[in-house]
Formats: sequence, C-alpha cells, structure tokens
Amino acid sequence: MSAPEAAPKPGAAPTFDCRVAFAEELISLARADARIVAVCNDSIGSSNLGAFQKEFPDRLVNVGIAEQNMVGVGAGLANAGMIPFVCAAGPFLSGRATEQIKADCAYSQYPVVLCAMSPGLAYGELGPTHHSIEDFAWMRAIPDLTVMAPADPDETRGAVRWAAGAGRPIYMRIPRFKIPAVTTGGFTPGRIATLTEGSDVTIAAIGTMVSRALEAAKRLGEAGISARVLNVSTLKPLDEETILKAARETGAIVTAEEAVSGGGLGGAVAELVAQHHPVPMRILGVPAFAPTGDTQFLLDHFGLNAAGIEAAARALLKIRGDA
Amino acid sequence: MTSPILGGAEVALRPCRPTYERTSDAAQLAEIAIAVRLKIIRTIHAAQLGHVGGDLSVTDILTALYFHVLDIDPANPTSPKRDRFVLSKGHCAAAFYSVLSLRGFFEPEAVDSFMKPLSPLNGHPNRRKIPGVEANTGPLGHGLPIAVGMATGARIAGETWRTFVVLGDGELQEGSNWEAAMAAAHRGLGNLTAIVDRNRFQQGAGTEATNQLEPLADKFRAFGWDVHDVDGHDVSALADLLGRTGSDRPRAVIARTFKGRGVSFMEDKVDWHHKVPSAEQVEIALKELAR
Repeated sequence: MSAPEAAPKPGAAPTFDCRVAFAEELISLARADARIVAVCNDSIGSSNLGAFQKEFPDRLVNVGIAEQNMVGVGAGLANAGMIPFVCAAGPFLSGRATEQIKADCAYSQYPVVLCAMSPGLAYGELGPTHHSIEDFAWMRAIPDLTVMAPADPDETRGAVRWAAGAGRPIYMRIPRFKIPAVTTGGFTPGRIATLTEGSDVTIAAIGTMVSRALEAAKRLGEAGISARVLNVSTLKPLDEETILKAARETGAIVTAEEAVSGGGLGGAVAELVAQHHPVPMRILGVPAFAPTGDTQFLLDHFGLNAAGIEAAARALLKIRGDA
Repeated sequence: MTSPILGGAEVALRPCRPTYERTSDAAQLAEIAIAVRLKIIRTIHAAQLGHVGGDLSVTDILTALYFHVLDIDPANPTSPKRDRFVLSKGHCAAAFYSVLSLRGFFEPEAVDSFMKPLSPLNGHPNRRKIPGVEANTGPLGHGLPIAVGMATGARIAGETWRTFVVLGDGELQEGSNWEAAMAAAHRGLGNLTAIVDRNRFQQGAGTEATNQLEPLADKFRAFGWDVHDVDGHDVSALADLLGRTGSDRPRAVIARTFKGRGVSFMEDKVDWHHKVPSAEQVEIALKELAR
C-alpha cells in the first residue's frame, strides 16, 4: 500500500512521507557507527528498511511476525552494545509488546529506539485494529520511556539522530501520512517549539496535527484572533515551562493529536495546567473506533483539521467571553 | 517505611571478595550448591516471602553456571566481553542473589535485606541496582527473546562470548518463548544455551495437569535446537555439558529437577511454590541440607 495523500490542490505545499527521511537518516548513522542495527517484524517494506538491508544485510534483524520477541531481541541487542532501532507498525509495536517495552526496555533502561511506523490513522481503511491511536496513552504511562512524535521530515531526521546517541529507551512515531514541512529549527529533545507567537489562544499540536494547527492559526488570524502554535514533538518528558507560559499568556489551550482524546497530549497538558494554572481547554483527538474511510476522510470526520481546530479555539474564546 | 537494615536509604551494592571461586572440582561444586541452598532457606525465612520451591530446583543449574561455566568478572560486572546470563524465571531471585553474592558480585550479608523496604534486592531482579543482573525479569516469557538479542548482538559484533538463559518450565506456556525459539534456530545461534528448569510444577498445579508441555524435548528439536535431556541436580555433569562449545545450533538443556530439592518436606510438592517455612521447619531444612 502506498502512502496516502490528501488530494493535491493547485499551488499547495509539497508533502512528505517521513519514512523516507527516517530511512535516509538511519543509513547515514549506520555508515558512521557499526553499533546501529535495525530490528523489524516482517516489515522491511512498510518500515522502509529495504535500502538499509541492502547496505547492511548483517545488521538487519527481521524476526518475522513476532512483536514480543522483536522487542525482547531489541533489549538483548542493546545489552550486547548495539543501538537497535526496532521498527514495526505502530498498533502492533505499542499494543502487542507493551509489557516488553515496559520491562525489557524502559525498566531495564536499555537504549532501544522503538519506531512506530504509520501511526495514528495512517492505515485508515484497514480499520481500527490497524489504527495506532492508543499508543500515546499507553507509552506515556511507562516510567523512564521518552515519547516523541516529529512533525515533518526535518524533525524526523533530527529525532532519529538524537535518539541514536541518547542512550535511553525511546518510543517515536514515524508518520506515513504525507505532511508538509513545518519546522525550521530541527529537533530539540524535550523542548516545545513555538511556531507562531500569539496572545489570544494556544494551539498545542503533535506530529501530523502541527501543519493543521498552523493552518487553523492562519484562519483565526484572518479573523483578528491571535493564536500561538506549539509543536509538542516530545510528549514525554513534557516541556512544562512552555505549556504553562502559554497558559498564563493566552488563557486558553486547544490540543490536537492523531490519537485517542484521553491520556495523550490533551491528557498531559490538562494534568499540568489543572495543577498549576487552570485554563479552559479543548482536547481534540479520536473519540471512538473509526468508521470505514481513508486517512483524510477520518481526520475530517473527527474534526482533526484546520476547521475543527479553529472551531474549538473559537468555542474557548466564547466561554471566556472574548467573542 | 524505612528499613532497619538499610537505615532508610537505598544502598549501592559493591563487589566483594568471593566466598567461592570458579572451580572444576566436583566435590567443591557440590559444596557450593549446599551453601547456596542454606542461604536461600535463611533468606526466605528472613523475608517471610519468596519462591522457595523453584529456588531449590534451580540451585544446581545456577551453581554450575556461576562457579564453573560463565566467563565473568564480579569486580568488573559490565566488561563488554563477558558471557551473558538471563534468569527468565525472575521470581527465583533468592537463589540468584545467593549465587551472585557468594561469587563476589556483592556482600553475602546484603542478601539479608531481600525484599525489605528500600533494599536493592527486589523480589525480581533489577539490573540497574544489582551488579551481575543483565535484564529486569519477572513477567514470564521475556528471557529467551532477550537472550536471542544478546546472542545475535555477539554475532553481529564478531564476538565469541556466550549467552545463557534459565527458563522455568511453566513459563514455556507463554508464546513469546516459541517466537524466540524459532528465531534462534533460524539465525543458527550456536552461541546461545537455554536451560529449562524442568521441575514439572507451576504455581497452582503440575504443568502437565495445567497446560501440557510434553513432549518438551521434541518440541525444541522440532524447532531446530540441539537438545539435551539431563539430571538437573548433577552439578558437575551440568558444568561439563554447559561448558562445551562448538554447535552451530542453539542448545536446549532440559534439566530434570525437583521443586524444593534437598528438603524432605518440600521436595516435589507443589504447595512449596511460595510458601514460607516456619522457624521449626527452617531448623529441619538446614539440618537436612547440611548433611
């Protein structure tokens, strides 16, 4: 299955499948460091590891359709001094092997980089079994596990490069749904980048939602509403300072994530502001098992688009009495 | 809660002078196994917790590994070229800690804090706190996949160190073991040995009454492993077998053992999975073991 893409509009910005950036960066790292290995579950194609396998056949460990073993093997490789990138479709990596991620990687503190390919609703038509929407909540619940979701190809490269040298267990999403380039500063671990300054409302978005948040901010700006857009590329540990500053300075926060609407980004931000600086919030995510449809259809269906984010921001301003 | 032993803070474990060194002498190995069993009984009674039945069944296997087979240096427990060992049946931590301490990874007295508040010695091993532990185990079915990763890593790096994993027989009911068994054979991991502590009991009943494992040796054989069916209480024979190298296939050693081995009222009894002996029972057990 080729990567889905929204129907191209005339003059629209080019979009990217971040697996391309992922594979290029991984190969470049592997050329420089013989400890870099890739582990996968019969997913050489879907993890875009074909070129890696061709160049480093001995450093590609394909364990077959066996996710629990795959993650355990990753931990063992780390023990042996390797830097394993364990790649599998998001729903099966995070769901099938949750306990291995917890015990073998996070609790054992092994530097395994768990790469959730095609996360969120990327496998739209294949149905909820193949939607990786619970992973933010599941992975965020595991102590000592860093959770990241780059928003575009540049940030994917930066995240992969940082992860290789971080020496710690990491879970990261690698988007397959084609998205535009939105970042300019590369990837800074643990820091939320403020993509647009704004004073009326904050839109905190993660991964594939960041470009949509920027579009929503543009629309709001045209209506005279100043929206601040935050790119939360590291979900855990959360950059609390930037979130609380935004809460203080804008007094309202919309979160947007291609994940269940509880326990992920919205949950993390709500937990933080409720305890330190309560402000009205709207949490946009996936509230139910999805009906049949492609990725773009499902994102629109759940309001995970510029119009949905804009409406949520306006609703917040209304209850605050600004509009 | 604070611990009277640890003074209210976690202590770091440090290497110490080994009580016993590595040896090839059969009588010496048998003597060490007795010392390990005595320590297990005292440790579990002090903690009033533990898995005494499985600790006593796995004792001779661990003794053979740590006092004869494994190329390890307790003074330098993370030396890159060390042999690797994973205790997949992590609930038998009392046996593991006893062996590690007598081998010199940390002071034998530290084992007295087993499962006490703030002790580094949890009911299941933690590599971040205990020198000599390679993986945090406890949930069953995790050790073999990790060991496959270790052996694969050695292969990729072109290193000759070996990987050993001890599996409980009951935990072979977890499917992840068979995912790993398949991968190990496929990859021709002759540098990997899995030892099954075949005591025939799981927590509540016999393995065969719960979810039959037999024919166990045939299962590993069918998966492409080099299989050995041996007496799991013959320390020197185990040491000899486990010390041998040279196969191009992963090796499964089905070690036939008895739960509660060496203590008459515990031996081969399912109810001693995690029962704690009374003071009187401890006296009897120590006397029987020391004979």
